Amino acid sequence: MSDIADRVKKIVVEHLSVEEEKVADNASFIDDLGADSLDTVELVMAFEEEFGIEIPDDAAETIQTFGDAVKFITEAS
Amino acid sequence: MFDLTGKTALITGASGGIGGEIAKALHAAGATVGLSGTRTEPLEALAAELGERAHVLPCNLSDAEAVNALPKQAIEAMGGIDILVNNAGITRDNIFMRMSEDEWASVLEVNLTSTFRLCKGVLRGMMKARWGRIINISSIVGATGNPGQGNYAAAKAGMVGMSKSLAYEVATRGITVNAIAPGFIQTAMTDKLNDDQKGAILGQIPSGRMGTPEEIAAAVLYLASAEAGYVTGTTLHVNGGMAML
Repeated sequence: MSDIADRVKKIVVEHLSVEEEKVADNASFIDDLGADSLDTVELVMAFEEEFGIEIPDDAAETIQTFGDAVKFITEAS
Repeated sequence: MFDLTGKTALITGASGGIGGEIAKALHAAGATVGLSGTRTEPLEALAAELGERAHVLPCNLSDAEAVNALPKQAIEAMGGIDILVNNAGITRDNIFMRMSEDEWASVLEVNLTSTFRLCKGVLRGMMKARWGRIINISSIVGATGNPGQGNYAAAKAGMVGMSKSLAYEVATRGITVNAIAPGFIQTAMTDKLNDDQKGAILGQIPSGRMGTPEEIAAAVLYLASAEAGYVTGTTLHVNGGMAML
């Protein structure tokens, strides 16, 4: 697993208080990991900070799963 | 009680009567204050009067870009925004049948839309801090209506609905959002009324007098305090009993 995926996973595990095993590529933050809509906003804020990137609102809306997040951040950074 | 030491507060309309008193009250409780308004001179004078922990942040609230930039400027100056007081407001009164699109739109833009923009701009920092206070200064006429103020009443009622919706969304993050609805308060705005108008108004106020800007500031101080952490989504009416809501 890439370094980016590790770092993203760490944020997700910490923020949503979920088991690491549950954070699969296709795991949806809201449907599978128990996030509410405000949690997803905070996740995006945490990603921005960790990776020093800016994720615009329209792009943030497309980040629904752990895999989406890793893919977006890999392309952006 | 009501110690704001170490907190930072952004106040719009700080060049006006009520806004100036709000800034003084929060500053006296220990907060660092960001004084925003369109006229720089009175802001500078107020900052000089307050001394340390006061920053002047001029902003024209009808300019969307300037409004969106204001939270960033305030964060740069003060290191963050823990407390936002949306106090600025304008009136452009006219009876409904004569009210122009421009009179309607400009009052909505400055009183309601700029409040939305500023709330949005401060939320990120408050979410991270898990603490925040947003206090929107509405008006009694938002609840009761007032002839000649269809635009102003709509904007002020809009602030209440907006505050409640936002209060729901961010309550779990330690952020409270409340409104204050002043009744008739002695300011430059009410000084323009003639004696007959004043007499008619006073007849409707059980306490028989106009309120003071200090009495609004005291309500803001309470809602900004740690002690008011369980108060959110409410409208605090400060009106001498003029409307018991």
